[in-house]
Amino acid sequence: MVPLAYYLLLSGFLFACGVVGFLIKRNIITIFMSIELMLNGVNLSFVAFAAHWHALAGQVFVFFVMVVAAAEAAVGLAIIIAVYRTRETLNVDQVNLLKL
Amino acid sequence: MSFHLILFLAFGAVCVGGAVNLLAQRHPINSALSLITVMAALAGEYLLLGAEFVAAVQVIVYAGAIMVLFVFVIMLLNAGEEEGTKGSRVALLLGVPGMLTASVLMAWVVLQHSGTESVGIGALPGPPRNIAQLLFHDFLLPFEVTSVLILIAIMGAVVLASKPESTTGKVD
Repeated sequence: MVPLAYYLLLSGFLFACGVVGFLIKRNIITIFMSIELMLNGVNLSFVAFAAHWHALAGQVFVFFVMVVAAAEAAVGLAIIIAVYRTRETLNVDQVNLLKL
Repeated sequence: MSFHLILFLAFGAVCVGGAVNLLAQRHPINSALSLITVMAALAGEYLLLGAEFVAAVQVIVYAGAIMVLFVFVIMLLNAGEEEGTKGSRVALLLGVPGMLTASVLMAWVVLQHSGTESVGIGALPGPPRNIAQLLFHDFLLPFEVTSVLILIAIMGAVVLASKPESTTGKVD
């Protein structure tokens, strides 16, 4: 038996790592991966609570989060390619103009 | 210490190590590979909780499809090592202590307010049959809405990633 709090701590740690990566990374692709890490942290607490409350709906929510993450990754990576084509950089500090 | 707890700690240690490595690496391809490690270890945690279907989808969709997309884009754009800037140093100085404080506070609250409830191994089996029952019956409308979302995302990705010259050329 593993206490529910351990799962929540692990999930919170993964979410915190995602937030720190979002703040300190300057490569736009790595920032995007930090968002995926945050989504994964939330998914873990969904599954842990589903097991704790015996509600299978929590696992269905994880399925929906994955679908949204897949759509977000497809559109986001397309935007990254479009940004790279016009600016020729992946550093977010150099992408600071609305119009070239 | 039960075998279940040992397995949880082993997968959890891989998760934590991968997440910290994602932050420590400077090259995006190394970050992507450590993110794949985190996702695979999370699939192990899902299996411990009994969520077989979610674990399989995690490996196939997340660690497989989405991360392959990331690795393709990193290779396509030939992304190199990132160089630190003034802004990133300020974020490092303020963000890491801030997040550490918030994490410790969160951990304290969780440990304080959670009783001794614990989750057994395979506590809630999530076989595909029961998941499908929920997905196609109780959550039918959200399921159909996500199919529209995916369609729009595909069209958006095609429009955004296509070359601007080719789209304007067809209009003329």
